[in-house]
Amino acid sequence: MSGRSSRRSSKRSLGEATPRSAGAILARSLPVWLVLVGLALASCALAYLPMGRWNMAVSLGIAAAKMLLIGLFFMHLRRPDPLLRLAGGAWLLWVGFLAALVFADQATRAPLTQPEHMEDRTMEPPETAGGRSGF
Amino acid sequence: MSGGALREPWHSLRRQREAASFGMWLFLASEALLFGGLILAFIATRWFHPAAFAAAGREADIVYGTANTLLLLTSSLTMAVGAQAARAELPRLAGRALGLTLALGLAFLCLKGLEWRADLAKGLWPGPGFALEQPAARIAFAFYWLLTGLHGLHLLGGLSAIAWLAGQAVLGRRPWRSPAFEAAALYWHLIDVVWMFLYPLLYLDGRAA
Repeated sequence: MSGRSSRRSSKRSLGEATPRSAGAILARSLPVWLVLVGLALASCALAYLPMGRWNMAVSLGIAAAKMLLIGLFFMHLRRPDPLLRLAGGAWLLWVGFLAALVFADQATRAPLTQPEHMEDRTMEPPETAGGRSGF
Repeated sequence: MSGGALREPWHSLRRQREAASFGMWLFLASEALLFGGLILAFIATRWFHPAAFAAAGREADIVYGTANTLLLLTSSLTMAVGAQAARAELPRLAGRALGLTLALGLAFLCLKGLEWRADLAKGLWPGPGFALEQPAARIAFAFYWLLTGLHGLHLLGGLSAIAWLAGQAVLGRRPWRSPAFEAAALYWHLIDVVWMFLYPLLYLDGRAA
Protein backbone atom coordinates (compact mmCIF):
# COMPACT_ATOMS: atom_id res chain seq x y z
CA MET A 1 0.00 0.00 0.00
CA SER A 2 1.54 3.30 -1.02
CA GLY A 3 1.60 6.19 1.40
CA ARG A 4 -0.78 8.29 -0.61
CA SER A 5 -3.49 5.68 -1.02
CA SER A 6 -3.35 4.74 2.68
CA ARG A 7 -3.79 8.38 3.64
CA ARG A 8 -6.76 8.74 1.35
CA SER A 9 -8.45 5.58 2.58
CA SER A 10 -7.85 6.56 6.22
CA LYS A 11 -9.63 9.83 5.53
CA ARG A 12 -12.64 7.95 4.29
CA SER A 13 -12.87 5.57 7.22
CA LEU A 14 -11.85 7.67 10.23
CA GLY A 15 -8.45 6.06 10.57
CA GLU A 16 -9.40 2.42 10.28
CA ALA A 17 -6.74 1.95 7.60
CA THR A 18 -3.91 1.51 10.11
CA PRO A 19 -0.62 -0.23 9.27
CA ARG A 20 -0.98 -4.00 9.21
CA SER A 21 2.61 -5.22 9.00
CA ALA A 22 5.60 -4.90 11.31
CA GLY A 23 7.54 -3.15 8.55
CA ALA A 24 4.83 -0.55 7.99
CA ILE A 25 4.52 0.13 11.74
CA LEU A 26 8.27 0.63 12.17
CA ALA A 27 8.54 2.72 9.00
CA ARG A 28 5.89 5.02 10.42
CA SER A 29 7.26 5.32 13.98
CA LEU A 30 11.07 5.20 13.74
CA PRO A 31 11.55 8.50 11.83
CA VAL A 32 9.44 10.34 14.43
CA TRP A 33 11.61 8.91 17.22
CA LEU A 34 14.79 9.97 15.39
CA VAL A 35 13.54 13.56 15.12
CA LEU A 36 12.49 13.52 18.80
CA VAL A 37 15.94 12.34 19.93
CA GLY A 38 17.55 14.98 17.72
CA LEU A 39 15.39 17.69 19.27
CA ALA A 40 16.17 16.48 22.81
CA LEU A 41 19.93 16.56 22.17
CA ALA A 42 19.61 19.95 20.48
CA SER A 43 17.78 21.44 23.47
CA CYS A 44 20.50 20.11 25.80
CA ALA A 45 23.26 21.61 23.63
CA LEU A 46 21.49 24.95 23.12
CA ALA A 47 21.05 25.33 26.90
CA TYR A 48 24.84 25.87 27.15
CA LEU A 49 24.83 28.63 24.51
CA PRO A 50 24.57 32.01 26.25
CA MET A 51 21.36 33.57 24.94
CA GLY A 52 20.24 35.30 28.12
CA ARG A 53 16.48 35.26 28.57
CA TRP A 54 16.06 33.40 25.30
CA ASN A 55 17.56 30.16 26.66
CA MET A 56 14.38 29.12 28.45
CA ALA A 57 12.19 30.32 25.58
CA VAL A 58 14.16 28.17 23.11
CA SER A 59 14.09 25.05 25.29
CA LEU A 60 10.38 25.42 25.98
CA GLY A 61 9.81 25.94 22.25
CA ILE A 62 11.65 22.68 21.54
CA ALA A 63 9.54 20.96 24.22
CA ALA A 64 6.39 22.24 22.48
CA ALA A 65 7.67 20.92 19.14
CA LYS A 66 8.25 17.51 20.73
CA MET A 67 4.75 17.60 22.23
CA LEU A 68 3.32 18.36 18.78
CA LEU A 69 5.20 15.45 17.17
CA ILE A 70 4.14 13.00 19.89
CA GLY A 71 0.54 14.25 19.72
CA LEU A 72 0.26 14.07 15.95
CA PHE A 73 2.09 10.81 15.27
CA PHE A 74 2.12 8.71 18.45
CA MET A 75 -1.23 9.87 19.87
CA HIS A 76 -2.83 9.75 16.41
CA LEU A 77 -4.22 13.28 16.27
CA ARG A 78 -3.08 13.21 12.62
CA ARG A 79 -6.03 10.89 11.96
CA PRO A 80 -9.02 12.92 10.85
CA ASP A 81 -11.28 12.10 13.79
CA PRO A 82 -13.02 15.36 14.82
CA LEU A 83 -14.16 14.08 18.24
CA LEU A 84 -10.69 12.99 19.31
CA ARG A 85 -9.05 16.09 17.86
CA LEU A 86 -11.42 18.33 19.85
CA ALA A 87 -10.93 16.32 23.04
CA GLY A 88 -7.16 16.29 22.49
CA GLY A 89 -6.97 20.04 21.96
CA ALA A 90 -9.47 21.34 24.54
CA TRP A 91 -6.97 21.45 27.40
CA LEU A 92 -4.86 23.94 25.41
CA LEU A 93 -7.72 26.44 25.72
CA TRP A 94 -8.09 25.88 29.48
CA VAL A 95 -4.38 26.05 30.21
CA GLY A 96 -4.27 29.08 27.91
CA PHE A 97 -6.85 30.92 30.06
CA LEU A 98 -4.92 29.97 33.20
CA ALA A 99 -1.66 31.23 31.73
CA ALA A 100 -3.22 34.46 30.47
CA LEU A 101 -4.61 35.28 33.92
CA VAL A 102 -1.38 34.35 35.73
CA PHE A 103 0.77 36.52 33.49
CA ALA A 104 -1.77 39.37 33.45
CA ASP A 105 -1.51 39.40 37.26
CA GLN A 106 2.27 39.37 37.27
CA ALA A 107 2.70 41.98 34.58
CA THR A 108 0.39 44.50 36.28
CA ARG A 109 1.41 44.29 39.95
CA ALA A 110 2.59 47.48 41.62
CA PRO A 111 6.41 47.47 41.73
CA LEU A 112 6.63 47.62 45.53
CA THR A 113 4.92 44.26 45.94
CA GLN A 114 7.52 42.56 43.73
CA PRO A 115 9.88 40.53 45.90
CA GLU A 116 13.05 42.05 44.46
CA HIS A 117 12.03 45.39 45.96
CA MET A 118 11.42 43.93 49.38
CA GLU A 119 13.88 43.05 52.05
CA ASP A 120 14.32 39.30 52.12
CA ARG A 121 13.53 38.05 55.64
CA THR A 122 13.33 34.33 55.04
CA MET A 123 16.77 33.61 56.51
CA GLU A 124 16.38 35.82 59.60
CA PRO A 125 15.48 34.29 62.95
CA PRO A 126 11.83 34.93 63.82
CA GLU A 127 11.10 37.88 66.10
CA THR A 128 10.01 36.75 69.52
CA ALA A 129 9.90 39.63 72.03
CA GLY A 130 6.46 41.11 72.07
CA GLY A 131 6.18 41.13 68.31
CA ARG A 132 4.72 39.03 65.59
CA SER A 133 4.16 35.37 66.05
CA GLY A 134 6.28 33.00 63.98
CA PHE A 135 3.63 32.37 61.38
CA MET B 1 -13.87 -9.52 12.78
CA SER B 2 -13.57 -8.17 16.29
CA GLY B 3 -11.96 -11.36 17.60
CA GLY B 4 -13.77 -11.18 20.94
CA ALA B 5 -12.66 -7.63 21.65
CA LEU B 6 -16.12 -6.10 21.13
CA ARG B 7 -17.99 -5.40 24.37
CA GLU B 8 -21.44 -4.13 25.32
CA PRO B 9 -22.91 -1.62 24.54
CA TRP B 10 -21.04 -0.96 21.30
CA HIS B 11 -22.21 -2.15 17.90
CA SER B 12 -18.80 -2.00 16.29
CA LEU B 13 -15.20 -2.19 17.37
CA ARG B 14 -14.57 1.12 15.62
CA ARG B 15 -17.03 2.91 17.90
CA GLN B 16 -15.70 1.13 20.96
CA ARG B 17 -12.20 2.18 20.00
CA GLU B 18 -13.24 5.80 19.54
CA ALA B 19 -15.07 5.78 22.89
CA ALA B 20 -12.04 4.37 24.69
CA SER B 21 -9.76 6.99 23.17
CA PHE B 22 -12.28 9.76 23.85
CA GLY B 23 -12.59 8.81 27.52
CA MET B 24 -8.82 8.65 27.86
CA TRP B 25 -8.42 12.07 26.21
CA LEU B 26 -10.87 13.60 28.71
CA PHE B 27 -8.82 12.11 31.55
CA LEU B 28 -5.62 13.37 29.92
CA ALA B 29 -7.11 16.89 29.79
CA SER B 30 -7.52 16.80 33.58
CA GLU B 31 -3.94 15.56 33.89
CA ALA B 32 -2.77 18.36 31.61
CA LEU B 33 -4.46 20.87 33.92
CA LEU B 34 -2.87 19.29 37.01
CA PHE B 35 0.65 19.44 35.57
CA GLY B 36 -0.08 22.64 33.64
CA GLY B 37 -1.10 24.42 36.84
CA LEU B 38 2.02 23.28 38.68
CA ILE B 39 4.28 24.21 35.77
CA LEU B 40 2.66 27.66 35.56
CA ALA B 41 3.23 28.09 39.31
CA PHE B 42 6.88 27.17 38.71
CA ILE B 43 7.22 29.70 35.86
CA ALA B 44 5.46 32.43 37.86
CA THR B 45 7.77 31.93 40.85
CA ARG B 46 10.83 31.74 38.59
CA TRP B 47 9.84 35.12 37.16
CA PHE B 48 10.39 36.70 40.59
CA HIS B 49 13.61 34.82 41.45
CA PRO B 50 15.47 34.23 38.17
CA ALA B 51 18.95 34.02 39.73
CA ALA B 52 17.98 31.55 42.45
CA PHE B 53 16.11 29.33 39.97
CA ALA B 54 19.11 29.39 37.61
CA ALA B 55 21.38 28.35 40.50
CA ALA B 56 18.96 25.54 41.36
CA GLY B 57 18.85 24.40 37.71
CA ARG B 58 22.65 24.20 37.66
CA GLU B 59 22.56 21.93 40.74
CA ALA B 60 20.18 19.40 39.15
CA ASP B 61 22.06 16.49 37.58
CA ILE B 62 22.10 17.06 33.80
CA VAL B 63 23.47 13.57 33.03
CA TYR B 64 20.64 11.75 34.81
CA GLY B 65 18.11 14.22 33.41
CA THR B 66 19.23 13.86 29.79
CA ALA B 67 19.59 10.07 30.01
CA ASN B 68 16.06 9.84 31.41
CA THR B 69 14.74 12.11 28.65
CA LEU B 70 16.17 9.77 26.00
CA LEU B 71 14.88 6.68 27.85
CA LEU B 72 11.38 8.09 28.02
CA LEU B 73 11.36 9.19 24.36
CA THR B 74 12.42 5.69 23.34
CA SER B 75 9.75 4.14 25.56
CA SER B 76 7.19 6.28 23.72
CA LEU B 77 8.43 4.77 20.46
CA THR B 78 8.13 1.19 21.77
CA MET B 79 4.70 1.95 23.24
CA ALA B 80 3.48 3.39 19.92
CA VAL B 81 4.82 0.33 18.09
CA GLY B 82 3.29 -2.00 20.71
CA ALA B 83 -0.17 -0.44 20.48
CA GLN B 84 -0.17 -0.45 16.67
CA ALA B 85 1.10 -4.04 16.59
CA ALA B 86 -1.60 -5.09 19.06
CA ARG B 87 -4.22 -3.48 16.86
CA ALA B 88 -2.80 -5.21 13.77
CA GLU B 89 -2.82 -8.52 15.70
CA LEU B 90 0.93 -9.09 15.52
CA PRO B 91 1.33 -10.69 18.97
CA ARG B 92 5.08 -11.24 18.83
CA LEU B 93 5.91 -7.67 17.90
CA ALA B 94 3.31 -6.32 20.32
CA GLY B 95 4.58 -8.44 23.22
CA ARG B 96 8.19 -7.48 22.59
CA ALA B 97 7.43 -3.79 22.20
CA LEU B 98 5.32 -3.66 25.37
CA GLY B 99 8.00 -5.61 27.26
CA LEU B 100 10.61 -3.10 26.09
CA THR B 101 8.35 -0.25 27.20
CA LEU B 102 8.13 -1.79 30.67
CA ALA B 103 11.91 -2.24 30.79
CA LEU B 104 12.57 1.35 29.70
CA GLY B 105 10.04 2.70 32.22
CA LEU B 106 11.65 0.68 35.00
CA ALA B 107 15.08 1.92 33.91
CA PHE B 108 13.77 5.49 34.13
CA LEU B 109 12.55 4.90 37.68
CA CYS B 110 15.86 3.28 38.71
CA LEU B 111 17.86 6.22 37.35
CA LYS B 112 15.44 8.58 39.07
CA GLY B 113 16.00 6.76 42.36
CA LEU B 114 19.79 6.98 41.99
CA GLU B 115 19.45 10.66 41.11
CA TRP B 116 17.25 11.35 44.14
CA ARG B 117 19.79 9.60 46.38
CA ALA B 118 22.62 11.72 44.92
CA ASP B 119 20.47 14.87 45.39
CA LEU B 120 19.88 14.03 49.05
CA ALA B 121 23.61 13.42 49.55
CA LYS B 122 24.31 16.85 48.02
CA GLY B 123 21.88 18.46 50.51
CA LEU B 124 19.28 19.48 47.94
CA TRP B 125 16.25 18.70 50.10
CA PRO B 126 14.78 22.11 50.99
CA GLY B 127 15.05 21.69 54.76
CA PRO B 128 17.71 22.30 57.40
CA GLY B 129 21.22 22.17 55.94
CA PHE B 130 20.06 23.04 52.42
CA ALA B 131 23.09 23.38 50.14
CA LEU B 132 22.29 26.58 48.25
CA GLU B 133 22.55 30.09 49.67
CA GLN B 134 19.72 31.87 47.86
CA PRO B 135 16.50 31.55 49.88
CA ALA B 136 14.37 31.19 46.74
CA ALA B 137 16.46 28.20 45.60
CA ARG B 138 14.54 26.32 48.29
CA ILE B 139 11.33 27.10 46.43
CA ALA B 140 12.89 25.87 43.19
CA PHE B 141 13.86 22.58 44.83
CA ALA B 142 10.47 22.23 46.49
CA PHE B 143 9.06 22.33 42.94
CA TYR B 144 11.76 19.89 41.79
CA TRP B 145 10.80 17.27 44.39
CA LEU B 146 7.07 17.80 43.92
CA LEU B 147 7.14 17.65 40.12
CA THR B 148 9.58 14.75 39.75
CA GLY B 149 7.77 12.82 42.51
CA LEU B 150 4.33 13.35 40.99
CA HIS B 151 5.67 12.45 37.56
CA GLY B 152 7.28 9.30 38.98
CA LEU B 153 3.97 8.26 40.53
CA HIS B 154 2.23 8.69 37.19
CA LEU B 155 4.93 6.64 35.52
CA LEU B 156 4.47 3.89 38.08
CA GLY B 157 0.73 3.93 37.37
CA GLY B 158 1.35 3.71 33.63
CA LEU B 159 3.77 0.81 34.10
CA SER B 160 1.22 -1.09 36.21
CA ALA B 161 -1.52 -0.59 33.61
CA ILE B 162 0.70 -1.73 30.73
CA ALA B 163 1.96 -4.75 32.70
CA TRP B 164 -1.60 -5.73 33.58
CA LEU B 165 -2.94 -5.41 30.00
CA ALA B 166 0.07 -7.10 28.40
CA GLY B 167 -0.06 -9.90 30.98
CA GLN B 168 -3.74 -10.52 30.22
CA ALA B 169 -3.03 -10.60 26.49
CA VAL B 170 -0.11 -13.00 26.85
CA LEU B 171 -2.25 -15.32 29.00
CA GLY B 172 -4.95 -15.23 26.32
CA ARG B 173 -7.50 -13.46 28.51
CA ARG B 174 -7.58 -10.27 26.47
CA PRO B 175 -7.68 -10.14 22.68
CA TRP B 176 -4.84 -8.12 21.15
CA ARG B 177 -7.39 -6.07 19.21
CA SER B 178 -8.75 -4.66 22.48
CA PRO B 179 -8.87 -0.83 22.40
CA ALA B 180 -7.33 -0.78 25.89
CA PHE B 181 -3.82 -0.90 24.39
CA GLU B 182 -4.38 2.32 22.50
CA ALA B 183 -5.85 4.00 25.58
CA ALA B 184 -2.88 2.90 27.70
CA ALA B 185 -0.55 4.19 24.97
CA LEU B 186 -2.23 7.61 25.10
CA TYR B 187 -1.62 7.76 28.86
CA TRP B 188 2.01 6.70 28.42
CA HIS B 189 2.62 9.40 25.80
CA LEU B 190 1.16 12.01 28.17
CA ILE B 191 3.70 11.00 30.82
CA ASP B 192 6.39 11.45 28.17
CA VAL B 193 5.06 14.88 27.13
CA VAL B 194 4.98 16.09 30.76
CA TRP B 195 8.64 15.11 31.12
CA MET B 196 9.48 16.99 27.90
CA PHE B 197 8.50 20.18 29.77
CA LEU B 198 9.99 19.23 33.15
CA TYR B 199 13.38 18.59 31.52
CA PRO B 200 14.06 22.19 30.35
CA LEU B 201 12.47 23.75 33.45
CA LEU B 202 14.29 21.66 36.05
CA TYR B 203 17.56 20.73 34.33
CA LEU B 204 18.44 23.24 31.59
CA ASP B 205 17.94 26.53 33.50
CA GLY B 206 21.11 28.53 34.15
CA ARG B 207 23.45 26.24 32.18
CA ALA B 208 24.80 29.00 29.93
CA ALA B 209 25.80 31.33 32.76
